[in-house]
Amino acid sequence: MSASEESRVEPARRIQFAFTDEQEQFRSLLRRFLNDKSPTTEVRRLMATAEGYDPEVWRQLSEELALPGIPIPEQYGGAGFGMVELCIVTEELGRALLCAPYFSTTVLAANAILNAGTEAQKSSLLPNLASGARLATLAVTELNGNWDPHEIALVATPVADGYLLDGVKSYVVDGHIADLLVVAGRLPGTVGSEGIALFTLSADSDGVERRLLQSMDPTRKLARIDFHGVHSDLLGTLDDGAKPLLRTMDQAAIALANEMVGGAQALLDSAVDYAKLRVQFGRTIGSFQAIKHKLADMLLDVELAKSAAYCAAQACAVDDLEWPALACLAKAAASETYVHAAAECIQIHGGIGFTWDNDTHLWFKRAKSSEVFLGQPNYHRELLMQRWGV
Amino acid sequence: MSKVSEAEVRAEVRDWLAANWDPEMSLVAWRNKLADSGWGMPQWPEAWYGRGLPVSLARVVEEEFAGVGAVGVAKSGVRLLAAATLLEHGSDLQKKKFLRRILTGEDTWCQFFSEPGSGSDLAGATTRADLNGDHWIVNGQKVWTTSAHHADHGLLLARTDWDAPKHEGMSFFVIDVKQPGVDVQPLKQMNGHASFNQVFFTDAIVPAENLVAGVGDGWKVAMTTLAHERRGADGLNPPSKRGSRQGRIHAEERAELETANQPYKWYPQRAGRVDLVIERAKETGAIRDPHVRQEIAKLMIMARSAEWTARRARAAQRQGRPQGPEGSLGKLAASNVARACAHVHTLITGAEAMLTGPASPREGIIAEILVSVPATSIAGGTDEIQRNIISERVLGLPKEPRFDTGPFRNVRKN
Ligand SMILES: Cc1cc2nc3c(=O)[nH]c(=O)nc-3n(C[C@H](O)[C@H](O)[C@H](O)COP(=O)(O)OP(=O)(O)OC[C@H]3O[C@@H](n4cnc5c(N)ncnc54)[C@H](O)[C@@H]3O)c2cc1C
Repeated sequence: MSASEESRVEPARRIQFAFTDEQEQFRSLLRRFLNDKSPTTEVRRLMATAEGYDPEVWRQLSEELALPGIPIPEQYGGAGFGMVELCIVTEELGRALLCAPYFSTTVLAANAILNAGTEAQKSSLLPNLASGARLATLAVTELNGNWDPHEIALVATPVADGYLLDGVKSYVVDGHIADLLVVAGRLPGTVGSEGIALFTLSADSDGVERRLLQSMDPTRKLARIDFHGVHSDLLGTLDDGAKPLLRTMDQAAIALANEMVGGAQALLDSAVDYAKLRVQFGRTIGSFQAIKHKLADMLLDVELAKSAAYCAAQACAVDDLEWPALACLAKAAASETYVHAAAECIQIHGGIGFTWDNDTHLWFKRAKSSEVFLGQPNYHRELLMQRWGV
Repeated sequence: MSKVSEAEVRAEVRDWLAANWDPEMSLVAWRNKLADSGWGMPQWPEAWYGRGLPVSLARVVEEEFAGVGAVGVAKSGVRLLAAATLLEHGSDLQKKKFLRRILTGEDTWCQFFSEPGSGSDLAGATTRADLNGDHWIVNGQKVWTTSAHHADHGLLLARTDWDAPKHEGMSFFVIDVKQPGVDVQPLKQMNGHASFNQVFFTDAIVPAENLVAGVGDGWKVAMTTLAHERRGADGLNPPSKRGSRQGRIHAEERAELETANQPYKWYPQRAGRVDLVIERAKETGAIRDPHVRQEIAKLMIMARSAEWTARRARAAQRQGRPQGPEGSLGKLAASNVARACAHVHTLITGAEAMLTGPASPREGIIAEILVSVPATSIAGGTDEIQRNIISERVLGLPKEPRFDTGPFRNVRKN
């Protein structure tokens, strides 16, 4: 973009390349809270539980920091912030590896309701999510593990007072503890993007069978949910088709990319710290060029992925036309960077890096699960090309 | 300078342009006006052809210039590195003597740093300068000197004390290139062009007043030049394009760029030409290949992320925040992008990537990319040196072990 083009755009609607002072303060506050509440001893304790989170910490982050309501407008009980603030939260959560149903409740479910719901539905469903009183999630993927919403098979059959859901959802984040389920389904006899809609139901409805899956990354709990003629409500209208779902998935990809760069930064920090401590051949390993250069490359990688994640969040916040493409770009960039940083961090730690006692594997596993969650990098790269019209 | 607002600056520069900009003036006369008014380099101090504005407001001035199509001061080559160095370390006499003609484009500059025996290790320079009354006598050899064949002045790093430790025995000079003691010989590069040279100094003369800062301060001064060079390597300064605007001034500017750019035609190619990738993939049909699509996407992701990283660095600078790591990565990122471009161009081009010359793809531009990209990770400090700098200065890792302490005379050399 040329200088003159840039000046024609109203400044507030332009993509910002720096955070505001308020945003930086918010980040520091959050970081202090997480340093206190989510040391790795806590991560280890919680990841070993079936629920996977600490209700007391969830209460505190809801009451003291209002985190679950960050992207929810004030009229629905939220804090009324946007995508940039939401992504600051996910970045910090990713850095601290906080075990909490945040991605499921806020990033996925609350955004889905905001994107698809009617006024009445937003007013009735969102306040309880914003306050942290209820947990929720969004169920899209099925047994084939496909993230493309057009591949949805779960059937929603219209009945007098709603829709009956039949089918199976899998890889549902926090599906085992959510109170409210937002489910992507399709009308009988439809294919592709046609007939796709979102439905809501209480997770304790008749005909819902939930099973906690054994996830490789124990800090992100996944569930399989079977629906046997479960009664549900249509979220919003049938007119918008798959659009609100796609928008939600794109927002989630951006939030996840930010979560991932937070984790990648934590790995880089840990590798640098260790390189300054560990002595071999009479000198710290951080004095060997092989290690110095590896770390310099990691830094470059992490900063580039951060730039993509931040820029995508900003683009979404100002509704830049390119933002859905940038969602794919940021997700692909962060996936490669996080996994690479995790592998290099283990390498720099040597043998101890391969032990259960060393914390690196906690992030390594989150990196792996995040690489696949919401679609692998090759899926997002292809989608990026298509969205660029190539 | 008191604080001025964006709106005030915008209004002021607009008025000034309305009253002064005239595309029928001569280029040098116009640029002298820019130097006198300070609008050509608004971020420079008021005492020296600037207006003392913060960088953020200098951008506003740039926008207004672009808005009316007004030509700016000369910016090509190392002239602005020379200017930045003199602004920071030069005497008033030197600033007076050199800065104006840098801005008007009347003088061209080059950088005499690298030598056959010392490239990455610039402080190992063995070109010597010896004081003889009111002037210095220079003997030795420099190499890889871009532009020396048409430069008027050179920034010269030379040894003035052989008994001091290597970094303390050097001094920094401005040397007149067009004098009998300076023999410039162009070097042909692997891409066939000759934009750099080897330069022999035999009793070349530098007047004492052309010593920049003090005797022994050479390393400190050279660091300033290099810092500006690295900062400029963030890929956000696209090469000036020749427009088609009417008027004497534009014609003169085009002619200036035409001559000045002649040996540097390949410069855009060394950065990899990411702009050509998608076009080429479409025209060759490679765009249908899923593997090629993946590789293109990877490249574009890297290139866009590098651009945004540079924008983050600039935005932080504009807000007056301390420079974060993002500000030190541009050069290394640019090398990676260039290399990835060469890889993808090859993938797209297929067998024709074995050809060169006017009958090869894009009249030889693709071939030129492939044989020019290797310069990016060497010129201006190699990738390895960048990694050393990043790991030491940004990440705080230990410095390289030293084997070159003590009097320079006794240090092992090539
Ligand atoms: C197109 C082009 C234009 C140039 N223009 C100019 C110019 O105008 N003026 C000028 O003064 N110079 C110029 N140069 C020179 C350039 O700055 C040097 O070539 C560069 O700094 C490398 O120095 P060298 O060639 O002596 O290689 P060397 O320093 O000998 O390096 C050889 C290899 O060793 C590696 N190496 C060296 N030291 C270390 C270390 N400490 N740790 C790890 N690896 C190391 C290098 O990375 C490289 O891979 C130009 C070069 C090119 C290619």
